This record gives sequence, C-alpha cells and structure tokens, in this order.
Amino acid sequence: MMAKRKKGYAQVELMASIAARMLEDGRSVFVGTGLPVIATILAQKTHAPNLLIMYEAGGIGPQTPIIPISVGESRTFYRGVAASSMHDVMSATQAGFVDYGFLGAAQIDMFGNINTTVIGDYEKPKVRLPGSGGANDVGSLCHKTIIIMKQDEKRFVKKLDFMTTPGYLTGPGEREKLGLPEDTGPYRVITQLGVYGFDSETKRMALISVHPGVDVEEIRNNCGFELIMPERVRVSEVPTDRELKILRRIDPKGIVLGK
Amino acid sequence: MENKSRKLEDKRMSAKEAVSRFVNSGDFVAFGGFGHVRVSMSIVYELIRQGKSGLTMAGKTAVHDIDLLVASGCVDKVEVAYSFGHELRGLSNASRRAVETGRCKVVSEISNAGYQWRFLAGMMGIPFIPSRTLSGTDTFKRSSAKTVRCPFTKKPLTLIPSCNPDVGLVHVHRCDKYGNAQIDGNLIEDFEISRCSRRLIVTTEKIIPNRKIRLEPWRTTVPFYLVDAVVIVPYGAHPCQMPLKYFFDEEHISEWLELSKSDDGVREYLEKYVHSVDSFDQYLKLVGGRRKMKRLERIEEKVGRD
Repeated sequence: MMAKRKKGYAQVELMASIAARMLEDGRSVFVGTGLPVIATILAQKTHAPNLLIMYEAGGIGPQTPIIPISVGESRTFYRGVAASSMHDVMSATQAGFVDYGFLGAAQIDMFGNINTTVIGDYEKPKVRLPGSGGANDVGSLCHKTIIIMKQDEKRFVKKLDFMTTPGYLTGPGEREKLGLPEDTGPYRVITQLGVYGFDSETKRMALISVHPGVDVEEIRNNCGFELIMPERVRVSEVPTDRELKILRRIDPKGIVLGK
Repeated sequence: MENKSRKLEDKRMSAKEAVSRFVNSGDFVAFGGFGHVRVSMSIVYELIRQGKSGLTMAGKTAVHDIDLLVASGCVDKVEVAYSFGHELRGLSNASRRAVETGRCKVVSEISNAGYQWRFLAGMMGIPFIPSRTLSGTDTFKRSSAKTVRCPFTKKPLTLIPSCNPDVGLVHVHRCDKYGNAQIDGNLIEDFEISRCSRRLIVTTEKIIPNRKIRLEPWRTTVPFYLVDAVVIVPYGAHPCQMPLKYFFDEEHISEWLELSKSDDGVREYLEKYVHSVDSFDQYLKLVGGRRKMKRLERIEEKVGRD
C-alpha cells in the first residue's frame, strides 16, 4: 500500500496500530488474512495479552511472534489452546461467542457493506477477486466488525459492484429483518486517511478522526458517497516507538507492512 | 455411503492407479486442507498428467491447488468461497485470468462457513442445514442457499443445501494400509469432507501399522471405511505447507506465480514439473530433492520461534 515513511512510520503501520488499540483485552477476535493479523498480534503483545485470537481454519488462542502467511498455517495455532476445525470456529462465531471480526475489503459503501468478489460486471469481470472466504461469516456473525482498507473514490463507492459481505445492508433494522443475529455489524473502518464509525440512528458511515496531515477536504475527495461529519474533527493518534518496534518484528520481511 | 465397503482391506496403490480408478472427467472434486496448507499436491499433478477434464471444484479456500487445476484446464467450473487468490502473496494470475476470459466458469458463490456446513449436512445425510450467515448479500443471491421462515422462531432463516462431492482428496500425516488416518494440527474441513465424499483418496506422508492406530484410536480423523485408496507420498503437499512437518517452498511458489503470468509460462511450468515426470519422486528431485525437503523441514520446525 503506501510505504512512504513521512513521520517515522508508514501509513500501514499507523493503520495497524490504530486497529490494534480498538481490541479490548479479554475479548475474542476472528482474524482475516493480511493487515488484520498484524494488528491483532500487536494488540496481544501490548495492551491485550488476554485477547482470544481465532482463525477460521481452527487455530485458537495462539501466541505467534510473526505473521502467518496463511490463516490456515501452523503459526495460527502455535502455542495455542486448540488446533480444531472450521466447523468449530464458525459455530462459535454463529453462537455469538466472537466479539470482534477483522476484515479487509476492495470496496465499501456508506452502510459498511463490502465487496471482495468482483470488480466490474459479474458475468464479465474486470478483476475477479477471491470471493467471500470467511468474510461474509465474519460480517454476518461477529458483534463488532472492523474493516481495514485503502481509501479512494473507487473503493469508497455509492454502489458496490458486488455485495459480498453484509454491513448494515440498506439501513437501520435491515440486518435483523433478514435474520442476521442481533447486535452484530460493522463497527469501524480504518483507512490510510482516517477512522470511521457508523451513526447509531441512520447506520451511515461517519468520520471519527483524520490521520495527521490529512484534512476533511482530502477525506471528501477520496469518498464516493456522503459521509456524516463530526462537529469537531479529531486527529488520529500516531503509533508509539514501542508499537513500531513490535510491528516490524511481527512482519520482519515486510510482507504486509512493506506494501 | 451405503455402497462403501465395510471390509478391512489393503487399499494401498499408486497415485496413478487411484486417480484413474476413482476420478472421472466431469466429477465434482473437493480437496482437504486449506488451499496451500496440507493439500494433496501429488493428486493435483496426477489429475493434470492424466488429462482429466470438465471437473468442477469446491473453492472452499482453494489456493495453489485450484490455481494449477484451472490453469491446466482440468477444472472449468468452480463454486467459490475463496479461490483465485494466494492470501498474502496476492492474486493468482492463471486462474484469475481463466475466469476473466471465460475459460473457467464460476457456477456459484458461498462463504467459507457456508461451504463447510454444506459438507456437514452431506456427512449427516440431511438435505440442508440452517444457518444465520449469508442473508441480504449478493453472495447469497449467487449461492444455492434459500431463505425460509423458521417454524420455531418465525424469523427468517438461511438454508444451505448439503454437498456430497464425487471425490474427496485428503492429505494426512500418517495412516495404516486400510486408510485409518491421523492428522496433526488443525483439521480445517477434513473431518467433514472425508465423511461426505462419495469416493475418497487419502494421500499420506507415512504408513503406520494398524496396531499403532488401535493404541490411540482417539487420534483417528478418518476411519478406514470412508477410504477408497491409500497413496503413500512423502512430501506430498509440496510446495505447500504440511503443518508441523515442512514449510511452504516459497521459492517454488514464486516460480509458479511468475511463470503463470502468461499462458506460455503456464505451459512451460506444466511441461517441466508435471508432464516430463512420471512420479512425485521424480518431481521432488527436480524441485531440489532431499536437501531442499530437509531445509523446508528445518524451517517448519522453527515456526513460531522465528
């Protein structure tokens, strides 16, 4: 993504540290591939040593020093409490056990619905992406889903090319109406420009903070739909030296942080 | 299931024999593992070598396995939960290109949980399983799932149809000659896939005596009566990871990802590593032999402490 280190940290490092701080100690988290894994390990190594980490292929409660290449590989259960199965982890998630879900996305809309399936027409795709994977399950079943993604006009869109994973669908009450579990849905969106939440009444995306050096104008220019703006715009907290040091140890080869 | 043999029989055979006897062109196939973790790569190569075609594949987190099978033309239909990607390595060039040009058809979409529950319903012998995922999305619309009103809660409920693949292909750490198999580490979906598949080929790193199975029967993930063929293939997941045994061969995977950027490159790769060799042993020699395998074992040994 953006490897420039303007202020001693790269934007992906800032995104990872912001995401990490959202994860409360003593909670459970379902982690998707990429930046979410890094943020989760960072949280575990800093303020949340009792964060229960769950991977869809069956890795539960690992203490992994460096980033797994796959959310199914052996690092996902290294020093874990269980190496079980997808059925086990997905069932626990469906039963309401998982507090946070952590996803990436290619496109998102104002209700936090996301696309990871196809860019362009479904029948004649411009780019065929991998599809849901566990994303639809995370977005359907976790209490608070956090999405980390790159932001620009083509990614923050009015209309998704394909709705892979449910956010708040077409608005308030829709999830419940269609049978998705109560008290679930998107919670935060973290991009290279800012952090967003969802308005409790309209379920529309609302700006929470901008990253240092970013102004509201830039946020608007990189968003294809109308955002709810706060009265006072906060500035995101930057990563500490300690967080940066740990982050670089989690991904020593820069597989994710180097992008 | 009713046609499966209840007899303890020696089911050992070569990959060549297993594939020619139990996989037919046009079959629906499901691989165990996680796309590039504990996948039966020896069978992937054998399918290509024997020129099986018109296969439909379960894209239940399919990664390196499906990339090769689509690139080679064996698989031309996929039900996708996760396919055409290589997780942190990025998108898969060859299989993605095949979908974008229409050579490979995505027949439907689903989620990982949804797929795995299709297998669960299949092994349970029931036609569908209720679930609370998928609702309201295009993934749902493009899936084979339906919504009904739950007769108990009166709320909407997603029903996911069962799935019984024609052939399941599972790679394990060890098994006996009858097919009683043990898997170390996470099971992913192998418990369900081995139970719902109409025919099952088990490839194994190692063969162990039946008495060892009987000493620790609680370790058996796949019991013999599910199994049609046992194929002994040390390093049979290469270049993918075999948890707790050997690591990904990133060098080899990069070679594939680089070559598969073009159709010529795909042909070059298949000619070199699949068609010009007769067996998995010959392939292993070609990719670096014993020395390379030992190195991948040492990396895996350090995983977690790296």
